[in-house]
Amino acid sequence: MTRNSPPAEADLAALRARATMLRRHMLTMARGQGAGYIGQGLGIADALTALYFHELRYDPDNLGWADRDRFLLSTGHYSIALWAALAEAGIIPVAELVTYGADNSRLEMSTLDTTPGVEVIGGSLGHGLGQGVGQALGLRLDRSEARVFVELSDGELQEGSTWEAAMSASHFRLDGLVALVDCNGIQADGPVVLDMEPVADKWRSFGWETFEIDGNDMDAVIETLAKARQRNGKPKAIVLRTLPGKGVRRIEQSEKSHFFRVDVGQWDAIIDEFEHSVGAKR
Amino acid sequence: MSRAMEAGRTLAMGENEAAGGGRQSVDAPFGKALARLGQERENIVGLTADLGKYTDIHPFRDAYPERFFNVGMAEQNLVAVAAGLARTGKQPFATTYGVFASRRAFDFVAIALAHSNLDVKLVAGLPGLTTGYGGTHQAIEDLALMRMIPGLTIIDPMDATEIDAATVAMSDHRGPVYMRLLRGAVPVVLEPGYRFEIGKARQLRDGKDVGIISTGLMSERAVDAAALLEKRGISVAVLHVPTIKPFDAETVAAFAASVGQLVTAENHVVVGGLASLVVETLFDAGIVRKVTRIGLPDRYIECGAVPTLQQKYGLTVEAVVERIVGLQ
Repeated sequence: MTRNSPPAEADLAALRARATMLRRHMLTMARGQGAGYIGQGLGIADALTALYFHELRYDPDNLGWADRDRFLLSTGHYSIALWAALAEAGIIPVAELVTYGADNSRLEMSTLDTTPGVEVIGGSLGHGLGQGVGQALGLRLDRSEARVFVELSDGELQEGSTWEAAMSASHFRLDGLVALVDCNGIQADGPVVLDMEPVADKWRSFGWETFEIDGNDMDAVIETLAKARQRNGKPKAIVLRTLPGKGVRRIEQSEKSHFFRVDVGQWDAIIDEFEHSVGAKR
Repeated sequence: MSRAMEAGRTLAMGENEAAGGGRQSVDAPFGKALARLGQERENIVGLTADLGKYTDIHPFRDAYPERFFNVGMAEQNLVAVAAGLARTGKQPFATTYGVFASRRAFDFVAIALAHSNLDVKLVAGLPGLTTGYGGTHQAIEDLALMRMIPGLTIIDPMDATEIDAATVAMSDHRGPVYMRLLRGAVPVVLEPGYRFEIGKARQLRDGKDVGIISTGLMSERAVDAAALLEKRGISVAVLHVPTIKPFDAETVAAFAASVGQLVTAENHVVVGGLASLVVETLFDAGIVRKVTRIGLPDRYIECGAVPTLQQKYGLTVEAVVERIVGLQ
């Protein structure tokens, strides 16, 4: 939010409640369309909550603020999570979320940068980190303190351009650049088709200060984001081990989590179960 | 001619590939223009992918080292980083060879730059047949590839004067641009005061028997060929089309109507580039004309000395003259 640095103390209970709101929005969106990249969205919900409601400096009423921190969603198909976060942050209306993926909606199933709050065109995987490097260079030329956070995925690590960008970030000593590497173990053809392990060692060997945590542990995410603030000449990589569908048992257990499609009755059952699990009384 | 007699010196990278006709030349006109612009336009930044010396951007690098980034041999990242810089209000000029900017980084040019209409200028060396390094380095089809990208402006300048003017025009223009680069000692063909405008063709010479529509370094060859043909009683007009996209269809159609035979001349394969644009333009205007297409064949070109190869593939002044005489 608008401030010069993240708050010293994180209200973890409030952040967890916010993550539940993001998940609730995502289920509404997916139900409306009957399908979506809900598994990925639910998996990254905790990290996006930590960013948008704790770590990032931005002003919902002045999206063009030059000194804002940038969040670049490289995996455009995770848009369902970004729309939920932007709605909660007051950047897009909550009421608009039901248009997710519909004709003429600006809440696309894969992000275009024409929607407010979107800092990069996603979708063609392997683009985000390089654009993050460019933005970090530009901000440094302007002597801005703003930082650049780039989300990318384990499958995306198979794109060679990701590593071109990783090399250049450490070469240019971009210590205000933070890569959030979502390792959820799935990609289009199923479980990761090309073994990318050891992921953290790869980033370290490319000169990045690297952390590896449970990406669904809010406490760990907040704590690690704080460590990544250090301006020590090195870009930071946070390897997030996440569970696709996190928080919604039937989606967690689904084998087809890359793109999840069920009928409306099943969506209702999934949502009932979710609300029961988070303690809402219906 | 025997193979041994044909063999010439293979021009190494870094040498001049465009100088011809015994004209005056300017060294590194692009880099000089960029360095000059950089003085007043502080948001201009320079990038290259390990080809700074070979793409004439060194005058800018030397003047503004803190605004210059060499990303190494990584053309996808070159374009991505330029896109990111543009998103922070910078105006990046990124250089590499045409083959790498088009073939290797195509998705980045299309999506990272053009889809978002970012203010990035790609300046691409070794256009067409201007190196003896063979198919890996000869950007013979870059215009065809790049013109398929929506919103991308494409410039193929003919000489040092135009490179200077186009560099300024590119910077004045908001949006992605791909410019073919003639590097090293680049001949001066156009008069001082020549006005370059994105999207405008210029008639360089009047004539009635034959009209050559040309772009890039072939416009110099076309002008020289026209002078020689005049001595042989053939009146040749030359229309120079430095902007491939947006294409000056109106001027091209009017020019075609004003001449007898119609010839296109480009330092590029004869499919997908200038010739195709001219034919599409004429069809759109309801004009059915025979068009003689001078340019490279639809094949990869071997290694060899540039003059030898340009003669073999019909890009020299002499070859243009012969081709047009043959039409009479």
